[in-house]
Amino acid sequence: MERISILRMGEILLVTIQVDMHDRLATALQDDLANRISVTRARGVLIDISALDVVDSFIARMFGDIAQMARVLDAETVLVGMQPSVAITLVEMGVAMTGVRTALNVEKGMALLRARMDEERADDDAPAE
Amino acid sequence: MMTPQRSETLPVREASDILLVRQLVREWATELGFSVLDQTKLVTAASELGRNTLIHGGGGTMLLETFVKNDRRGLRLTFEDKGPGIADLERAMTNGFTTKGGMGLGLGGSKRLVDEFEVVSRVGEGTRVTATRWT
Repeated sequence: MERISILRMGEILLVTIQVDMHDRLATALQDDLANRISVTRARGVLIDISALDVVDSFIARMFGDIAQMARVLDAETVLVGMQPSVAITLVEMGVAMTGVRTALNVEKGMALLRARMDEERADDDAPAE
Repeated sequence: MMTPQRSETLPVREASDILLVRQLVREWATELGFSVLDQTKLVTAASELGRNTLIHGGGGTMLLETFVKNDRRGLRLTFEDKGPGIADLERAMTNGFTTKGGMGLGLGGSKRLVDEFEVVSRVGEGTRVTATRWT
């Protein structure tokens, strides 16, 4: 079965979805990400959906599940590049996508993840009171 | 009863059929001159309804038809299955109602994406959902 590839960039896992996903492919991505986060100890997941021209409620829920699962594994997820027509359609349908952080593009998403990691490192380095 | 200008039927039997459904709806919506936003709404509605046909109806068909009325062009999707039918239609249309672990937005959600929406369902016989959008 075809799978969506996951690239590792330091502490960040990068997923670029370039194919129209059927439900099984979406579910496989969720499983693969869980494994990769735990094996690589990644702290961030960046999912680029700029090539997706349709995101229905099933796929939207899958992104929410990924973000939740990643959080449990101590990694932050950012969804980037959602097309305006996709965003409007999701809102009209009533899909809330709460708990999923978003950014305009890959660059901004990366900056968001890095800022969060730096923040945590600063917390770790701070002297105990 | 309007006569369709063009019509085509696709099977909805497995998960990959939903991809073909999305593709054909996108193609026809583009050809009819729908805006990108309207195309996306139609394709998304088709995806939701196709999944319902597949998961709840045990598979079925999608009939795609185009119409012309008063200088407006319409695209109609008809999903039909011979599944168990919907016992409580009003509840099934409610956001958040789900029996199979989805978001429960399939029917109610797709209704909001089109201009005309109709569900005919008989318990033990099947379900037919018709969704139409006009340019």
